[in-house]
Amino acid sequence: MNTSEKGQLVTANRLRDGIAVFLTRSGAWSEEIDEAVLALEPEAAAALEGRAREDEKKTIVTGAYLVDAERLNGRVRAAHIRERMRALGPTVRLDLGKQAEGKGAAFAAPEGE
Amino acid sequence: MQLLKNNVLVTDNWLNAGSEGELPSADDVIVPFARLLKEWGELSTRAGKLGLRLSNTDRPEALGTFLPRLSVIVLPFPAFNDGRAYSIARSLRDMGYRGEIRATGNVLPDQLQFMLQVGFDAFEIGERFPLETWQKASRQMSLAYQRGLFRQASVAEIWTERHTDAEPWLEQPHAG
Amino acid sequence: MYRYDEFDHQFVRERTNQFRNQTERRLSGALTEDEFRPLRLMNGLYLQLHAYMLRVAIPYGTLSGRQMRQLALIADKWDKGYGHFTTRQNIQYNWVKLEDAPDILDCLAEVEMHAIQTSGNCIRNVTTDHWAGAAADEIADPRPVGELLRQWSSLHPEFSFLPRKFKIAVTGAPHDRAAVKVHDIGLRLHKNEAGAIGWEVIVGGGLGRTPMVGVTVRDFLPQHELVGYLEAIMRVYNLYGRRDNKYKARIKILVHEIGADTFKSEVEAEYARRPHPTTEVEERELARIAAYFAPPAFDKLPRWSASFEEAKLANPGFARWAKNNLGPHRVDGYSIVNISLKPEGGIPGDATAEQMRVMADLAERYGNDELRVSHAQNIVLPHVRKDDLLAVYQALENTNLAAANYGLAGDIIACPGLDYCALATARSIPVAQSISRKFADSKRQDEIGKLKINISGCINACGHHHVGHIGILGLDKKGEEFYQITLGGSSAENASIGTILGPGFAGHEVADAIETILDTYLKHREAGEEFLATYRRLGPKPFKEALYATA
Repeated sequence: MNTSEKGQLVTANRLRDGIAVFLTRSGAWSEEIDEAVLALEPEAAAALEGRAREDEKKTIVTGAYLVDAERLNGRVRAAHIRERMRALGPTVRLDLGKQAEGKGAAFAAPEGE
Repeated sequence: MQLLKNNVLVTDNWLNAGSEGELPSADDVIVPFARLLKEWGELSTRAGKLGLRLSNTDRPEALGTFLPRLSVIVLPFPAFNDGRAYSIARSLRDMGYRGEIRATGNVLPDQLQFMLQVGFDAFEIGERFPLETWQKASRQMSLAYQRGLFRQASVAEIWTERHTDAEPWLEQPHAG
Repeated sequence: MYRYDEFDHQFVRERTNQFRNQTERRLSGALTEDEFRPLRLMNGLYLQLHAYMLRVAIPYGTLSGRQMRQLALIADKWDKGYGHFTTRQNIQYNWVKLEDAPDILDCLAEVEMHAIQTSGNCIRNVTTDHWAGAAADEIADPRPVGELLRQWSSLHPEFSFLPRKFKIAVTGAPHDRAAVKVHDIGLRLHKNEAGAIGWEVIVGGGLGRTPMVGVTVRDFLPQHELVGYLEAIMRVYNLYGRRDNKYKARIKILVHEIGADTFKSEVEAEYARRPHPTTEVEERELARIAAYFAPPAFDKLPRWSASFEEAKLANPGFARWAKNNLGPHRVDGYSIVNISLKPEGGIPGDATAEQMRVMADLAERYGNDELRVSHAQNIVLPHVRKDDLLAVYQALENTNLAAANYGLAGDIIACPGLDYCALATARSIPVAQSISRKFADSKRQDEIGKLKINISGCINACGHHHVGHIGILGLDKKGEEFYQITLGGSSAENASIGTILGPGFAGHEVADAIETILDTYLKHREAGEEFLATYRRLGPKPFKEALYATA
């Protein structure tokens, strides 16, 4: 059975090393987009963003923002290719980034040429 | 607002006057450029000291005749990255102005040394950073390449320092 | 090449310490991101899609073997074993940690390098002809002036918060390999009738959203007036350049809006007002710097090298590489070696740490210890004896650096694009790879001849698409990448901005479109006519017809 939920998640870069991270339900930040918590309502999205702003002040992350995304069968797909790329790594170096570290998302960025 | 001058906090006794309205008889006042032009007659002869608040779009070369009478010129930083006041300050110094040049607005410690080098010598600073940060900020670099700027005694100009001795390089082969 | 003296060393050391302190303040929370961002950018540190990116300045593109080896060490120790050479003759590392950045800057300082002003609204790394000091057509080596301007622009207190970034290029040869007409300021050295040397000062060129060819504000500026005159230009720009819209903030817009004549008279008035004595010493300083760029002690060699000619006969691969990748040297018996960083299907401008070390070795062994980075993202060994070319070629071949496509269809300029860059709207590299594969056949590339294909992943035009003979611009249409093609651009002495051909293409269609364009060229060209010349003769019409007729 296919399940699909559309909503928004919060992403940021970890301050220390700049790695793209995603806010999870527990309030921790994960490198894996599939662990992101998806806000289905605008109020929930605003609450997530508020939590992220707190973590910016605590110098855990920087540059947090909301991203449109969809959860399909438990895996998360960002709407924009840019975000799918951040969740994976460069499409021209599949040996590098999250995709190479077993942290890759299920939904590829666009096809390579 | 706190005023930083010569690396210490000083009391700011200047009165910031608007573009119109009565001026107190003897206080030191700072007026905007339009008022200086309009009321130059009275302003130039009144008792207290006179200061000028410029905007980023006022042309420094228009100030020539007023400069000898001015004790303070206030230049704005509407944003830290709006760098026009750097050029205005340096122009004023090049024109021979020796009074105070005061930075106001979004003034940050990491830009303090740049401001000093173009001729600023007073800084309206908020509460955001402790005094110690400001004091350290003015000593970040002890060397600079450019010449013709307004440097603290502690900052050496490389292009001058290099050429104080004999000049052995003239003997070396010369490209092109 | 230039060597730091005690002052240069101390200057860079102090700057690095300052950045270490700023980084600590950021990590501890004493500085907010808004406060820290301009500080890190002024030290070359960006936050990109996957991590921080550090852009290291390679002043006027010149490196020693030791410096190249240090770049390799940084790639291994703090990055993922590679670096990306850019269209500004710099190198970028894509996977840097903020907490490591000060250590990397220390490591660079050890070999007289830094990342100062590789970003921010200040005067960026000064670029020049990558064949400087070696080119047969050169009047004088432009690098002493490049170094003078590097020093002058480093932490210039008046010009560190300009309306927008500011790029200066310098050339000392009539054939312009430094693209001086499409820079904020371009300087072209030439001789007058009396044989004296002076500089043509070109202002207001640029690419980006509004590509423009610059205008000449001085025909023949004496060398000792350079710094004073540039300060006058910078001050006019700093005071009157637009700050209300970042897309209209470059100096080209100011020149365009107030008109070249008004701009020129503003600069001349400013220059006349300035106290000139402060620029007097720079002539002495220039002499001191120029001594470092004295030509190496070249051997007296015959123009013709028997061993080189024999090797070409015996080794067709070498012969082809020699035909395409060598440039004419001004001294008999020497060649300029252009190492293509564009292997078939590769990532333009990327080099592994291992490749960097091989190139460093070759420079030390065969090339007077000099390397250059070209704005076309290739590496140059400027002084190689013809007798040594085969050995150089063989070493390059062993490390995948022997692509014989210099200046041909496979020698594609591409910015990092959406694979790495936070500003990009589309990917550049995969498009470059698909074109490179399409034209992998070396005979076909040779038949097509000289061609510049330039690809940018967004309107900021880091891939210089406007001045590619064929330019490709990647854009975002409702979350999908698509690519606009321009024809007829050039950054050479007869600079021109390319014309958009028509509706854009999906990524997978671009290589076919380029093939159609080149087939059309081959059909219409006259004997010996290069692509750009054919385009200029015929205009876009036949290319448009071929490209869109079947669509």
